[in-house]
Amino acid sequence: MATFGGALVALVAISALLAPWLSPHDPLEQNVLLRLAAPTAEFPLGNDSFGRDVLSRILWGGRVSLYVSTSAVLIAIVIGGALGILAGYIGGLFDRVVMGAMDVLLSFPTLVMGLLVVAMLGPTVGNLILAITLTAVAPFARIARAPTLTIKERDFVEAGRALGFSNLRIMVVHILPNVIDDVLVMAALWLATAIRTEASLSFIGLGVRPPTATWGGMIREGFENILDSPWLAIFPSIAILIVMLGLNMVGDGLRDTSDPRLRHE
Amino acid sequence: MLTYILKRLLVAIPTLLAVLTVVFFFVRIAPGDPAFIILGDQASQEALAAVRHDLGLDRPLPVQYVDFMWQEVRNVLPYTIELTVTALIIGVALGLPLGVAAAKHRNRALDYAARIFSLIGLSFPAFVSAIMLLLAFAIQLHWFPVISEAREGDPLSRVSALVLPAVNLGLIMVAYVMRVARSSMLGVLGEDYIRTARAKGVPARVVVWRHALGNALIPVVTVVGLYLGVLIGNSVLTEIVFNRPGLGKLIVNSLNQRDYTMLQGLMVVYAFIIVIVNLLTDLTYGVVDPRVRQT
Repeated sequence: MATFGGALVALVAISALLAPWLSPHDPLEQNVLLRLAAPTAEFPLGNDSFGRDVLSRILWGGRVSLYVSTSAVLIAIVIGGALGILAGYIGGLFDRVVMGAMDVLLSFPTLVMGLLVVAMLGPTVGNLILAITLTAVAPFARIARAPTLTIKERDFVEAGRALGFSNLRIMVVHILPNVIDDVLVMAALWLATAIRTEASLSFIGLGVRPPTATWGGMIREGFENILDSPWLAIFPSIAILIVMLGLNMVGDGLRDTSDPRLRHE
Repeated sequence: MLTYILKRLLVAIPTLLAVLTVVFFFVRIAPGDPAFIILGDQASQEALAAVRHDLGLDRPLPVQYVDFMWQEVRNVLPYTIELTVTALIIGVALGLPLGVAAAKHRNRALDYAARIFSLIGLSFPAFVSAIMLLLAFAIQLHWFPVISEAREGDPLSRVSALVLPAVNLGLIMVAYVMRVARSSMLGVLGEDYIRTARAKGVPARVVVWRHALGNALIPVVTVVGLYLGVLIGNSVLTEIVFNRPGLGKLIVNSLNQRDYTMLQGLMVVYAFIIVIVNLLTDLTYGVVDPRVRQT
């Protein structure tokens, strides 16, 4: 299942990467004559309300979605992972302050937090990444902290200290590898959440500004013409569903292999 | 139990204060004077001052704050609560028994169907599923209104306006609840005391629903609590798609009008709801599992 999911994700990632070569038309080229035209051989997924090619826009839109969500999750893993390991390793007041701050971040629903940040700072790629990173840091900090607490009591860490290793070396060389499995399972699932958040913000009208194609933005425009041309909303929805399904399958598969209780399914 | 409740309440207070600070911070750093945006750059100083006065921007902040709370939120909050609570009921009422049944019949047809359903449910962004439901049941089949705004004083129209949005949120939640109920039950069903109970001849039904489920509920409560955050976010999208009154539509309107006072208050309302939900989740632990109360 994880392999099939991985294949779905790879399919979307590759077609987004190769968008400049794969897309049959310019995603921004308008053609009044083809306004809301149904799918044809030349425009296989039809045309939107500006007569732009929907297929090309979906391919290009994938770039924005994947770029924003992957960057956000990577940054969140680095910051959240570091904070979680530090908090767990150092403990005491530092631990309480950091995890208290994480609890505050967790008090906002992902989408509402994203809304607040993007609405206040402006809908740019950078701010979208910042917004999604802010919502993802706390869960990664939590998941990195929990195993650190038990691992730091283990004998090999004690041995490292006895040998005079620096705290940094113990954290990076001895604790990090034990934490990374849990973090990777979460990463696949959070990548799905990040893509969903980016699409949702674009759907609300807080995504990267038009005319840049984004999946959420395309669904938003399609939704305005839902009675005449429902495919405008349906095709980008299918693109989102494929990548979400793929990521969830990868996440499930990774979790099953890392949790021995579930391994025999 | 009482000390447990008091302890939980005390923990919630600093979180809430910190949340208020974060919201304040974000709203303060926002560029642009709302009065300026409403009137444009041709406006006179007097007109700007008048609009600032109308918006309450010249009054002390705490006054602006409380004032706003009692205006619009009061009108739409019941709609959002009605929507999320119905979705919650659908999610738990369907998700829990399905998850238990899937665990009981592990690796059989029912289990596979349940797992595929939950995978699909987890993959649907709420606005995508909302649009699909709207297309199928409102636009094609005409079973439900396209715009989910109930007519005044007509309880039946209020119900029919609620069905699609609530089913949309509810089905996604079923996927989450079912999945965690299943994996938690699988863990518990492998325990020694379950085998002991079976060996003693306790009927299968009693073993599953009483001995096993009682111990499998804690992760389910956690997920329901966590999911409420997602549910609230998703209610924003659902309200937009179904054109339904509620906090979500209020957010979008205040965004479009750069109404900071409103936005600020809405964020506080949301954060407040989450803190309350976390508190309720903690309290539910105490009810579900007597062991939690003692710690």
